[in-house]
Amino acid sequence: MEKAIKRYFPIFVIPTFAAFIIGFVAPFIMGLWLSFCEFTTVTDAKFVGISNYIKAFADAMFRHAFVYTSLFTIVSLVIVNVIAFAIALALTQKLKGTNIFRTVFFMPNLIGGIVLGYIWQLIFSAILSKYNMALALNEWLGFAGLVILVAWQQIGYMMIIYIAGLQAIPMDVIEAAQIDGANAWQRLFSVTIPMMMPSITICTFLSLTGNFKLFDQNLALTKGEPSHLSEMLALNIYDTFYGRTGWEGVGQAKAVVFFAIVVAIGLLQLRITRSREVQQ
Amino acid sequence: MKKCFLMCTAAFLAATTLLAGCTGGSGSGGSGGSSQAGGSETGNKAAAGGGSVYYLNFKPEADEQWQELAALYTKETGVPVKVITAASGQYEPTLKSEIAKTDAPTLFQVNGPVRLAVWKDYCYDLAGSDILKELTNEDFLLKDGEKVMAVPYVVETYGIIYNKELLKKAGYSQEDIKGFNDFKKVVEDITKRKNELKFSAFTSAGMDKSSDWRFKTHLANLPIYYEYKKDNIDNTKAIKGTYLDNYRQIWDLYINNSTVSPAVISTKTADDATAEFVTGQAVFYQNGTWAYNDITDIGDDNLGMLPIYIGVDGEDKQGLCTGTENYWCVNKNSKPEDIQATLDFMNWCVTSETGVKALCGAENSLPSGASGMGFVIPFKKNLESSNPLVNIANEYVEKGYVPVSWTFSTMPSENWKNGVGSALTAYAADQSDSKWEDVVKAFVEGWKTEAEASKTE
Repeated sequence: MEKAIKRYFPIFVIPTFAAFIIGFVAPFIMGLWLSFCEFTTVTDAKFVGISNYIKAFADAMFRHAFVYTSLFTIVSLVIVNVIAFAIALALTQKLKGTNIFRTVFFMPNLIGGIVLGYIWQLIFSAILSKYNMALALNEWLGFAGLVILVAWQQIGYMMIIYIAGLQAIPMDVIEAAQIDGANAWQRLFSVTIPMMMPSITICTFLSLTGNFKLFDQNLALTKGEPSHLSEMLALNIYDTFYGRTGWEGVGQAKAVVFFAIVVAIGLLQLRITRSREVQQ
Repeated sequence: MKKCFLMCTAAFLAATTLLAGCTGGSGSGGSGGSSQAGGSETGNKAAAGGGSVYYLNFKPEADEQWQELAALYTKETGVPVKVITAASGQYEPTLKSEIAKTDAPTLFQVNGPVRLAVWKDYCYDLAGSDILKELTNEDFLLKDGEKVMAVPYVVETYGIIYNKELLKKAGYSQEDIKGFNDFKKVVEDITKRKNELKFSAFTSAGMDKSSDWRFKTHLANLPIYYEYKKDNIDNTKAIKGTYLDNYRQIWDLYINNSTVSPAVISTKTADDATAEFVTGQAVFYQNGTWAYNDITDIGDDNLGMLPIYIGVDGEDKQGLCTGTENYWCVNKNSKPEDIQATLDFMNWCVTSETGVKALCGAENSLPSGASGMGFVIPFKKNLESSNPLVNIANEYVEKGYVPVSWTFSTMPSENWKNGVGSALTAYAADQSDSKWEDVVKAFVEGWKTEAEASKTE
């Protein structure tokens, strides 16, 4: 059986590998090259050196977007993970209907970002118009809106990962702690959470990088209004690319910088949470 | 085991074909959900000359007609014509990705000199081609030196469309409105009696992306037009903003006399405004001839159009805003036989009976019974329009009113328009002088920054 699988390995590897090359590696290398070029379409690039990067760093809105994005990422990371963990804890207790709740909480995750953005825009607009306000008038309203939207969307997903993690904790460890006289809080912080570190690593990684790269929700909910102030990095790159004639390369340069930031943050986070994982 | 293997391969094959099908069908736009592009290929057999046409259409509202016209042309001549329509607001991203492909569009469009600067390296010199001989006004051409880069195929007009019946109900007629002050009086009187009349003066000035171009681009045309006229120029790297106070006047009028509170206009869409107009909730609605199909419900005789007065001296002779932002360009990098096929197709569209009828006609203009596109085309074979808004526009010209030309194609970039749009939205919510200063800043300083930053040479 194993031999047969080995013999056929190209059939299993090649499609995915080809897709990876075509869909990721090739565009990535091309993108890297284009960030040093001036171009209208990707096939007529003209090398211009690092001037794109100079323009990218000189753009005050890019720096603003970086701060705004970082802030958003931190806030949503904390909110999403704390609530998801709490719900996961609640739904692994012996309660009636936990499966229904799990399904319900997971469902928002099945809706695409653009659709979610527009749905929430309608909801927020309806509420805010009562107070004669609108999302597009204040970037912090947009910020709050984005956090609510993302929390609503991602809590269910993270919850499922946490539930899986919680169910994998051996009961005897918890029982032992109970017999030793640990109360509920002590059991949670000294037994459950350390045992949950692998799940926490995954969830923080997913929400950290995911929210840093958030695009559709931002585009659909606020479109960067007012005056680019609620623009996150990905949307800023998009606007740079299409907003001005001849600035495609600058957008590309920003995208490369963005990539480097995301990789750095991701690696740093993995390192920190990994070091806290314990052997079961 | 063997069976399993076979099934796996079959599944892979199915998956890859599906994938191929996806990439072939839709032009890849920018962002996930909003980039649907409808398209169909007509006629796969190669024509006698071997050339084929691929038209990347800008107007989603005319997609159906173009598809049918393409099929008709193929049937008549055997030349395959493919028409792909970019989703609304996604033309540039779609064009960018499509033109980089091997099977690139042979016919595409730019919307004025600013966009032409981007695409001129792709434009075939149209000088001497048959279609130019059909043109009624050479001034409309976009040129690069002696080279003819782009030819307009539709002329459009916009102004303030109004509901005659409602205006009469309010006790006024078009005769009462001869300038900005008259207009202001009428509008403010309607607002004062809003509860009694049960309608507002203006439809919502929506600043949602589907509608904000009516104000950040089309309305902004007027102060730019008058400034150009005063300084006797047709383009500039640094706008002065001479008529921005007038811009403020008219914008104030729009937002403070509409169906909604000025603070919430950022959430209002083009559909909202259209619906308000059609259902008689408001008298005035700024839009153009292209909107006719959306507002037919209120009746042809009931439609009127007013010039957009902004309170400039001598505006009693001002007409509607007429111009074009739809120019055809032929892709220079296409195969010579494809270029020839494309030139023939363009010429056929504006000279053959079928083509002209499809472009200019109203209901039942196509063999399938579909409506024509209702365009006014700047070519000799142009037909009398059945679009009442077009006829109103013609009347203005006949009566000697001077049409306002479309200067907004000289706006330096998308960024500039968005900047002005955001500032207008913010000002609407808080109508203070300092907020208006932001609009002025976005308008004047933004113009300078954007003109310098953009590649326009």
